[in-house]
Amino acid sequence: MSAYILRRLLYALPILIGVNLITFLLFFVVNSPDDMARMQLGDKRVTQEAIDTWKGERGYDKPLLYNAAAGGLGALTETIFFQKSLKLFAFDFGQSDSGRDIGFDIRQRMWPSLAIAIPTLLVGLAIAISYALMIVFFRATYIDVGSVVLLVAMMSISGLFYIIGGQFLIGKLFRLVPISGYDTGLDALKFLILPVVVGVVAGIGSSTRLYRTFFLEEINRDYVRTARAKGLHERKVLFRHVLRNALIPILTGVVAVLPLLFMGALIIESFFGVPGLGSYTIDAINRQDFSIVRAMVFLGSVLYIVGLIMTDLSYTLVDPRVRLS
Amino acid sequence: MLRACRSWPLPIVLVLLLGACGQPPWNNPYPASQSGENILYGAFTERPKHLDPVRSYSANEYAFIAQIYEPPLQYHFLKRPYELVPLTAQALPEVRYLDAKGEPLPADADPERIAISEYLIEIAPGIQYQPHPAFAQDAAGAYRYHQLDAKALARLKTLDDLPETGTRELIAEDYVYQIKRLATPWLHSPIAGLMGEHILGFQALRERIEAAAPEPVNGARLFFDLRQVAFEGAEVIDRYRYRVRLEGRYPQFLYWLAMPFFAPMPWEAEALYGQPGMRQRNLTLDWYPVGTGPFMLSENNPNLRMVLERNPNFHGERYPSEGMPEDHAAGRLADAGKPLPFIDQAIYSLEGESIPYWNKFLQGFYDSSGVSSDAFDQAIQFDTGGEAELTDEMRAQGITLVTAVQTTIWYMGFNMLDPLLGGDSESARLLRQAISIAVDFEEYISIFANGRGVEGQGPIPPGIFGHREGEAGINPVVFDWRDGRAVRKPVEEARALLADAGYPNGRDPHTGRPLTLYYEAMDAGPDGRARLNWIRKQFAKLGIELVVRATDYNRFQEKMREGTGQVFMWGWNADYPDPENLFFLLYGPNRKVDGGENAANYRNPAFDALFERMKNMDDGPERQAVIDEMTAILRHDAPWSFGFYPKSFSLHHQWLDNVQPNLMANNTLKYRRLDPALREELRERWNPPVLWPLGALLLVLVVGAVPALIVARRRERGRAL
Repeated sequence: MSAYILRRLLYALPILIGVNLITFLLFFVVNSPDDMARMQLGDKRVTQEAIDTWKGERGYDKPLLYNAAAGGLGALTETIFFQKSLKLFAFDFGQSDSGRDIGFDIRQRMWPSLAIAIPTLLVGLAIAISYALMIVFFRATYIDVGSVVLLVAMMSISGLFYIIGGQFLIGKLFRLVPISGYDTGLDALKFLILPVVVGVVAGIGSSTRLYRTFFLEEINRDYVRTARAKGLHERKVLFRHVLRNALIPILTGVVAVLPLLFMGALIIESFFGVPGLGSYTIDAINRQDFSIVRAMVFLGSVLYIVGLIMTDLSYTLVDPRVRLS
Repeated sequence: MLRACRSWPLPIVLVLLLGACGQPPWNNPYPASQSGENILYGAFTERPKHLDPVRSYSANEYAFIAQIYEPPLQYHFLKRPYELVPLTAQALPEVRYLDAKGEPLPADADPERIAISEYLIEIAPGIQYQPHPAFAQDAAGAYRYHQLDAKALARLKTLDDLPETGTRELIAEDYVYQIKRLATPWLHSPIAGLMGEHILGFQALRERIEAAAPEPVNGARLFFDLRQVAFEGAEVIDRYRYRVRLEGRYPQFLYWLAMPFFAPMPWEAEALYGQPGMRQRNLTLDWYPVGTGPFMLSENNPNLRMVLERNPNFHGERYPSEGMPEDHAAGRLADAGKPLPFIDQAIYSLEGESIPYWNKFLQGFYDSSGVSSDAFDQAIQFDTGGEAELTDEMRAQGITLVTAVQTTIWYMGFNMLDPLLGGDSESARLLRQAISIAVDFEEYISIFANGRGVEGQGPIPPGIFGHREGEAGINPVVFDWRDGRAVRKPVEEARALLADAGYPNGRDPHTGRPLTLYYEAMDAGPDGRARLNWIRKQFAKLGIELVVRATDYNRFQEKMREGTGQVFMWGWNADYPDPENLFFLLYGPNRKVDGGENAANYRNPAFDALFERMKNMDDGPERQAVIDEMTAILRHDAPWSFGFYPKSFSLHHQWLDNVQPNLMANNTLKYRRLDPALREELRERWNPPVLWPLGALLLVLVVGAVPALIVARRRERGRAL
């Protein structure tokens, strides 16, 4: 297994270089280093001298990808791309373009993201599985049909609608929780309720439908028929047999997204004023802070790859027939 | 036992959730401990980029640092036109003029003869800095935190991890130190270029600092004591007096002395933050300010909240006892002579989106709010005379509306380098005048700014010397004076001008096709599209085809710098209340293509000569006459269509007082007064939790579950087929 993990990690290197290159190219297609300097130095009374000094201090005074003047290996290494990318692979994110330490900010801001993402995942999972099981229990009835219609409708509604609707109903009309905001420690609880409820409701449609499909696939298998033939109650059949076997694809799917929980939810964090990594990324895009954007995209890619490797490993844990080679 | 263990998380979650609700109002975003406290609650929509006064240059940054840092001068809170008064200075600076030989000149000397202007500033003794670790000393008098070792640094996360604080008296040297910081290349002060043109020896100082300072270590500049660098432009005379020397005459310098750029900076702060490893922990002056003002930044988490707290060492200041006659009538002098500040704390929360901000304001959790376009109809209505007033709903809540015409202009610029539209040919001038008449900014204000603006008649907005009201102030090229108001000339006159320009019915005589112009747009989003369509229609009134070249702001700026645009819209927010700060936007040597701010690239020798004369004059009838002459030239040449001066609308709850807008002063938090008891009472009245939806939800679940359970049991007991 360790050989497999090592091989997957080595495969990850070219993927990360590619992601980094694409991010770099996309960013610099619309932003030149001069634009970035102007963004940081402000609109008013900025001189070209100040722009040049700013670029020089941050290493943006080099060519983007190829330095013809340097010659030899320097033609590739004395470039913005190389200088800014190399340290990422050692998880040294450096400083943002406004001068703050990115690693420090990430360590601080991942906790609010997790505070929303973990309960949303767990509660959402519990509700979606329970609801899917219920639909399967009442399969081919009006409850099944009505639920599928409801779930499709819920899937079709934009996430933004849930956010604004949730804030309007629960925060403004019913005045049960603060409309937005965040705090530290236990004081954070009252601020978490609304984003978690919104996150769960927004995700129920798609996840319940998916899990329903998993359960329906299982329920027609031979071992379920055997269980029923043994005289087991339908509840026991569902919870002991169907659920356990259908959990394999569910859990492996969940494992894949676990690392990405760190990255936060872009829109939810922005609307609810939660100082997590999602709003950190959005702010950086708005401020054209390439260093943060690059660091967050890189981190997201790493976590995604880690998630995929964990998924593969989890298969071997939950299904003994699977062997990694 | 096992069953009990399995079910314990549910009660715990319920207890925590109920605990989170606490006492009503449940939707109160603030801790119960703050109930009834003298705290002002506000919001900010964007994280301030810089809090170091050497770099900070935007309104959202000044909202914080102007309460912390104290430059020598400030604007009088109530008097209009805006008037400078001492802040930490004993009096307004004494100005002395010297000729090239160093001989004194009289105050009314010919500006051509003035080689040097000397500003002597004396600050009040006894002013203390806020408590700060940079000043903490041990028993032997050594600075406690100026030489932190690696172990101590490793424990540092925020400034609170340095528990000991100290203070010291404000001295003249701190002001001189800050002026030297303005010249420090790696601090990137936005006004370094401008000050280099005025402060004596500023450029040489930059070079000296660059040469003497040690090289950066791992990209970070370590502490370099600027006290050791001699500077002829700013010198300490004694403990409380310092002198600034300017090249020639630059009367606008007084206004700069009221901005945070010229606030004092203690060297101890740089010594603390300039240690190795501090920057890696984000412990910088850009994040943790050190000042003498009425407030200090006690919490800086701009991703969540910024808290200003009363500075216990504040030197004391009193609410002004003079104002305008209308201030007496409005009761704005009721607090005259009372000690400032009135509030103990100001908590600003990050609200990135306007909808939650607005709703929380209506619930009483923010004391003030702007009026976003989403909420405009809910908050504002116009009476029959076109005056804005609050809706009944707002009035019922006791909300007050405060409006002010901003010292800002949004203009439509014509690139004077353009071969078709620019230049000083008669044809191009008539074309620009025709467009100025055709583009109806009154309609623009009504459609796109909800009526929040005043049509521009010249480059100077109201509130700044040189602006004229009434018939004398109208732009006669574009408006007529009828029935006591300025009325835009009919479009037929614009068409006639266009025909005189050689484009009858808007057609190019060479091609016979409609004249085509290009508009550089920086707002190409869905909101901007309606605006662009409207602008296209304005040109179509003349038969001109307007091609919109939509791009992002970066590319727009690039086109402006290169002078490749043709027609565009841009704005300027005055730095200080002097006409020089607006006319310089049309001063020839200040053209954008030459690196200045004159985006229209306008150059008229007569205008430039008048500008050079006007900028050195004191306010008075003579200066007004020169300004009138300059304005007349601009109206005739029409390098701009003088779009509009935006009007700010702000809403305040009834428990907040002294909210008179002062568009020049940024340090107005100290004047705000609150009635926390009233706020508490109204918040509770406005925010009772509505519980029936929870009961209804429970009922629906139960009612839905019962038949489901019955069906389930029936199925389980039924026979298999």
